[in-house]
Amino acid sequence: MTDNIRSALPYLLIGSAGLAAPIIAPNFQIQLAMLWMMIILALTWDIAGGQMGYNSFGNILFFGIGCYVTAVMQRELFFDIAEYANVTGKVVTLTSYQYFTGFSLGLALSVLIAVAVGVVLGSGILGLRGHYFAICTLGVGVAAGELASGWEFVGAGSGMLAPIYPGEANEQGLFYYYTFFVLAVLCFFTLKRLYSSRFGLAINAIRDDEDKAEAMGIHTTRYKTVAWCISGFFLALAGGMFGHLNNFIDREVAFPSSTFGVWMVLMAILGGKGTIWGPVLGATVFHVTQELFWTYLFGWQRVALGVLIVVIVVFFPQGIMGWLRERWPEKFGETVDTDASTA
Amino acid sequence: MLSNLALLYEAPILSVQLIIDGILIGAILALAAYGMALVWGVMNIINIAQGEFVMLGGYVTFFLTAAGVNPLLTIPVAAAALFILGWALYRLVVFRVVDKDMFISILATFGISIILQQLANELFGADIRTAESGLRTLLFADGMVTVTQVKIVGFVGALVLGAGLFLFLKKSRLGQSMRATAQNARAARIMGINTDRVYATTFALNAAICGVAGSLVVMTWLIHPYLGLAYTLRSFMIVIVAGLGNLAGVVFAGTGLGIVENFAGFLLGTEYQAAFVFSLLVVILLVRNFRLTKKRRYLK
Repeated sequence: MTDNIRSALPYLLIGSAGLAAPIIAPNFQIQLAMLWMMIILALTWDIAGGQMGYNSFGNILFFGIGCYVTAVMQRELFFDIAEYANVTGKVVTLTSYQYFTGFSLGLALSVLIAVAVGVVLGSGILGLRGHYFAICTLGVGVAAGELASGWEFVGAGSGMLAPIYPGEANEQGLFYYYTFFVLAVLCFFTLKRLYSSRFGLAINAIRDDEDKAEAMGIHTTRYKTVAWCISGFFLALAGGMFGHLNNFIDREVAFPSSTFGVWMVLMAILGGKGTIWGPVLGATVFHVTQELFWTYLFGWQRVALGVLIVVIVVFFPQGIMGWLRERWPEKFGETVDTDASTA
Repeated sequence: MLSNLALLYEAPILSVQLIIDGILIGAILALAAYGMALVWGVMNIINIAQGEFVMLGGYVTFFLTAAGVNPLLTIPVAAAALFILGWALYRLVVFRVVDKDMFISILATFGISIILQQLANELFGADIRTAESGLRTLLFADGMVTVTQVKIVGFVGALVLGAGLFLFLKKSRLGQSMRATAQNARAARIMGINTDRVYATTFALNAAICGVAGSLVVMTWLIHPYLGLAYTLRSFMIVIVAGLGNLAGVVFAGTGLGIVENFAGFLLGTEYQAAFVFSLLVVILLVRNFRLTKKRRYLK
């Protein structure tokens, strides 16, 4: 019984802190909402990247799909296209009933589309191995952004406006804070459950030796596609919400390959890939550092980002969780043979 | 798009123009791909910063030309500057990831590419730059087909450099040790080859080749801090299509890509040209994978 309480304690602490945070610090609602989004990004990257060994640079594709589909849904439901085309640049207002119906329908549709894209694209490119996969996904992510910036229907290069939140400004912050919070919690526990099931074992087997896994009778392609679609599912939801929080969507917002797209990889590696807590930890450390120090760097943030990538990848590839595991292996349930290490 | 297609049908001379331009530009693309194949083959690293080397080579030429130097004379300067940069990057970062997992090296060079890109953005500004080569434009078929001389210079330069590289790898002592290292680094070390030095030279040589490509790009076309990734992915595509270690194939694949890309840009409009290049990469990889699986099935 006490063991149960002890193991549940961190969840309770984080959960209550998460629930109380926007009320304690109302000025930081957006930043805190972004923290939960970063955690979602890192966790979803880690499904394929860490647990399955398929390092993707193109997961941002799903994020962008979510952004655009949700916003287009809002637009198409309550405006006819000709009218909308005239008011581009004008503030689009909806009643709260319209806003939330459009929002939830948009999210539902974006999940469907993201998963469909994941199945179609995934069944092809997940057949690629190692670095071919990595570079192919790099191409996929950038190609999606380029397509969106050329497509008139979604505003092409000038982007499109998401409808204004019907209510007070701080109410919007609060609403999106809690949606991101709930999504992050949902994402965490879904993955935790999945990783301890047969699914988790199968994708770990794929990471360790795909040919052997296949020879053991695991339908590798099926597992890989499902794993890729799960990241697509959560990323599309996160993208749809982020687009609405941001109120404006264009290629840079929806397909931010050079910011979120890189950060999600970096955060997962920083925390320790292939673990459930690693991405959470990495995202938190990265986001807090970024919020605290980034503004002092003025234009040099992105240079610093590059330096950070190189330093982490070259000197700290095992991540925080990996380091902790080396330092205190007994806490991770590993027995240490002291005789062997001294001999 | 269809109207453009009809235009091509009615005026076949436009196709000639597109093909010639494609061949001439393709040779420059092939140049950057040589470098990538070299580093990939010898060091087993896919260098994502390839395109950034091209971009920096372009900036060397741009600034020297702005200072009044003849642009053609800046080509060796760009090569030398990038050689030094490549050497320094190897000594600082790349040597630490040479025999690590390939994903580590991809991410590390990705980080380098972000650093170089953003440094260029901060130091040189995000403007689009181009250098006037001072060479004339040749007109054919009553001015319907135009060929700028600088593109011909680029084309010939790419071929000469390619041939030089081929001879260097075949004949010179260093080139031979590079090939030995590519075949089996451990055996090469046992035979007394300083593989670390070979790696450093390879990486620096790659940067220098990209620098040459870059100064040709800035003369024939334009550069800006963010064009790197497109050149990296094009190089990757060319190397995959040609096959690793096939230098002649690189030239053909490069010119082929140049032609295809030119036609796509003409038919789809320039706003989709970049999207086309990246989608083509995905398609090529899928086709390659499909063919490999088929081969595997035959073996079974």
